[in-house]
Amino acid sequence: MCNKVRGVHVPDGFLDPATSATTGALAAGTVALALTRARAELDDRTAPLAGLTAAFVFAGQMINFPVAAGTSGHLIGAVLTAVLVGPWTAVLCMTAVLLVQAVLFADGGLTALGTNVTLMGLVAVLVGYGVFRGLAAVLPRTRTGVLAASGVAAVLSVPAAALAFVGLFALGGTVDLALGTVVSAMTGVHLLIGLGEAAITVAVVGAVLAVRPDLVHGARGMRAAAVLEDRRPAATGAAR
Amino acid sequence: MGAGHGGALATRYLPGSSAVHRLEPHLKLVAVLAFAVVVVATPVHAPWAPAAYGGYLLAVLTVAAVAGVGPGRLVRGLVVEVPFVAFAALLPFVARGPRVEVLGLSLSQSGLAAGGGLLAKATLSILAATVLAATTEPRALLRGLERLRLPQLLVQILMFMIRYADVVGGELQRMRVARESRGFTGGGVRGLRVVAATAGTLFVRSYERGERVHLAMLSRGYSGTMPSGPVAPADPRSWALALTLPLAAAAVLLTGMLLG
Repeated sequence: MCNKVRGVHVPDGFLDPATSATTGALAAGTVALALTRARAELDDRTAPLAGLTAAFVFAGQMINFPVAAGTSGHLIGAVLTAVLVGPWTAVLCMTAVLLVQAVLFADGGLTALGTNVTLMGLVAVLVGYGVFRGLAAVLPRTRTGVLAASGVAAVLSVPAAALAFVGLFALGGTVDLALGTVVSAMTGVHLLIGLGEAAITVAVVGAVLAVRPDLVHGARGMRAAAVLEDRRPAATGAAR
Repeated sequence: MGAGHGGALATRYLPGSSAVHRLEPHLKLVAVLAFAVVVVATPVHAPWAPAAYGGYLLAVLTVAAVAGVGPGRLVRGLVVEVPFVAFAALLPFVARGPRVEVLGLSLSQSGLAAGGGLLAKATLSILAATVLAATTEPRALLRGLERLRLPQLLVQILMFMIRYADVVGGELQRMRVARESRGFTGGGVRGLRVVAATAGTLFVRSYERGERVHLAMLSRGYSGTMPSGPVAPADPRSWALALTLPLAAAAVLLTGMLLG
């Protein structure tokens, strides 16, 4: 494994102390809620399973996926993790990854940790998973339905996090910016990044669905796989 | 590849026995956090701000020198800042307010100060955090977080993540070697499907490993909490030593506020 720049994390000093403190409290509340809810999702298996899933997200963020026409993207993984292991466990995994990156790699400021957890954990995971559940309720409960829902959720999760960042910057940023320009620029760029994220998310969820559909949390309501049946041609049957 | 014990997550760790290395990890965490708070609290538009940044830089470089963290290591730590350099460089062009002419370009005065301030603050905090990561082992850092009352469950998740990051990363590496030795070159939508299948397999294997680890823990008497040895309270001298950095920074900030 090599260390390269993974994701873009807000460093110290981007937001004023009051905003950082507010997002810190918001993040602490979310993580506290996620800790109790994840126990309901995974009972006493929470620590090893969430830990291993966090290690998977950490490794997965280093894979370069070919996306389209010679470009490649890499995963943020908020919606992917939420669809695979459930939203609350996903919040814990994203928090663990952000904490390790801040403390061990100086990537993302310590005073901005709350902001980063709010953006990648709270906004990206919960908004993305909300979209996923909303669509999954409408779409047919099939493989295609689950994949379409996770794709749309992944597209939207990236600009949602980016817009949340712009919102925080407008509230507690240290610069007077023309907000309209920033919003349109950030939305455009992040919709493109979101498309890459969606391509990767759909492909990975599809790969897991093909092997272990029972492990995909978001596909629990999926119609059971077709029962194996003996389909002999009718003529053979008649001959017997 | 990761060097020595601890693997890929310990690549930033630089073994040593300096005073900074010997400090308790939770004190170092508090010191770096307090330093970052002081740096962030510095008003960007104050005329004395650049001098204050210089003072902070001096303080953090002194600590780095005491810890034996070389300039190469510090510069490599700054790589994470690259995307934000681009953002900060844009600020003078997009920010509003009075304009100044620099080299024939019309730049916003407040944007210049803000962009420079953002860069300076981010750089200083990253330098301090780099010194922390270079002088503290990953597992010691987790013990530090635990002593700072991070919830038990979160500490355990982090512990598993740190212990298994190399196992999962190694698995990924072996799959890549296997893929490429079968002639895979990547690119295009078909490449995406192959790489995604790798990631899917990696998830299934990680999750199943988690289940096995859990069963192994249960059979060894795991009851939801991890046993940990007794911890000695940090003595006041360590506190004083650890707080030197943030206190020096606070002194610089106060001086600026009083004189500026």
